Amino acid sequence: MFLVTRAIKPRHTGLHPMPDSFTWEIMGLGFVAAILVGFVASYFGVFIVQRRMAFLGSGLAHAAFGGVALGILLDTQPLFVALPFTISVAIAIIWVRDHTGLAEDTVIGVMFSVAMALGVVFLFLKEGFSGDAYTYLFGSVLAVSMTDVVLAGCMVAATLCTFPLWGAWAYATFDRDLARTDRLRVVWHDYVLACAMSIVIVVSMKIVGMVLIAAFLVLPAATARMLSQSFRQMTLISIAIGVTTPAIGMYLSLFPDLPPGAPIILVQSAMFVAALVVRKQGMIK
Amino acid sequence: MSAPAIRVQRVSVRLGDYEALRGVSFEAPEGAFVAVIGPNGAGKTTLLNVLLGLQRPDQGVVEVFGMDPAKLPPDTLGYIPQLKTLDRSFPGLAIELVVTGRRRSWPWRISAADRAAALHALELTGVARLASRPIARLSGGELQRVYLARSLVRNPKLLVLDEPGAGMDIGAEAEMYHLIDHYQTASKATVLMITHDWEGARVHATHVLLMDRGLAAFGAPAEVAREDRLLNVFGYAGHQASTHRTPPDA
Repeated sequence: MFLVTRAIKPRHTGLHPMPDSFTWEIMGLGFVAAILVGFVASYFGVFIVQRRMAFLGSGLAHAAFGGVALGILLDTQPLFVALPFTISVAIAIIWVRDHTGLAEDTVIGVMFSVAMALGVVFLFLKEGFSGDAYTYLFGSVLAVSMTDVVLAGCMVAATLCTFPLWGAWAYATFDRDLARTDRLRVVWHDYVLACAMSIVIVVSMKIVGMVLIAAFLVLPAATARMLSQSFRQMTLISIAIGVTTPAIGMYLSLFPDLPPGAPIILVQSAMFVAALVVRKQGMIK
Repeated sequence: MSAPAIRVQRVSVRLGDYEALRGVSFEAPEGAFVAVIGPNGAGKTTLLNVLLGLQRPDQGVVEVFGMDPAKLPPDTLGYIPQLKTLDRSFPGLAIELVVTGRRRSWPWRISAADRAAALHALELTGVARLASRPIARLSGGELQRVYLARSLVRNPKLLVLDEPGAGMDIGAEAEMYHLIDHYQTASKATVLMITHDWEGARVHATHVLLMDRGLAAFGAPAEVAREDRLLNVFGYAGHQASTHRTPPDA
């Protein structure tokens, strides 16, 4: 990837091989932020998995990178630009899908290519290259600030506020037409879910990185799906995986001094494989 | 004389360049069992969507119990969709699906009152033993009964069924009709059913609506489901062997 080859690969903690108390202090913010975004991503992940929206997650992650690049170009906090940028792309995807009859994957493919192309243009318009771009591509513990933790905390609070909508979202996920006959505003709920996904993606980017964010949204829920017989069970298991795996992944990232996104995803993948084995062995029906 | 349960007057619907319904008019009295039959593309599903309040007609008037269908209280309506529209991979239990009939959302927890009502409805449809079974492990016939229980749990005034016999064997289909007849007799509800099953329509319906984008005929089954009318709309009026067949020698 051209962007990567231009980037100067940063060290992530510079404090390996064994973490000491100073390392833990630095890592603290990253740990807290990772657990918070893990909670939110795994909660929304169950809807993403059951609605087969994984590609939307991937598309919005690319779109978010366009927003980050614009933030870098404008010399402002990239997250504050990426947030409205990504939400706008999410709304545009749903609107174009509903008003043109085009398949969702086609619309996502068009939108994320445009957003990504804009991102490349923005980065090249910026004089000199910012290491920030690398942070958002692969995630970095050191880049996590108190602002990010506060943002992640706000996101958790907002997610808890949406909990009364869980039943409506689950119902429309099960059978959209049936939900419509019960006067559920399924299209409005689509917009709310897409906007929530955008926020989760943007806030999670610093930890997990754009490249791996789609997996971060999908893996806990997909693992939970294989272990669950009810949607409630799936939601609870997904959240349990979502909050524990980032902590484990970040701890593992300390020793070889890796960006945290990859170890987190690898830990989640290992759990996915374990769930697959459990399922195949017939331990869960 | 009471207002009709369903009143459709000169209703037309265009879907893009396609005229899905053209000037359809009929009235069904309360307590009627209306079977809607017609070839593929005849506008049956569009009419269903109009009656469910999911599709606005471009022209004409539609009333269900004297109201705009889009404003009809949801509890008035029991809808059994085609099985192909639902997500069979969804991790849900049969009893949870029935509870959606009362709650209009997927239950996080099932209250004692909801559980009792759902189990009663499942008993009425003969599948109480399946209450805790995952939806993914129900057969087509079992799932239709669970859907019927989901409708009955709210005691609807109008029961709408979209091809309820699709995917069922003859015995299960007959049992389904029996359950619908039984509910209708007990509750005096109005039933509207889209079907390709002429025989079922002849035997169980009080009215048959024969469609071919517009209205081809509406009235009593014996009057509407006549061979000449079916031939005219379908170009076909029942199985006929193209050659005389004899059983092969043993």
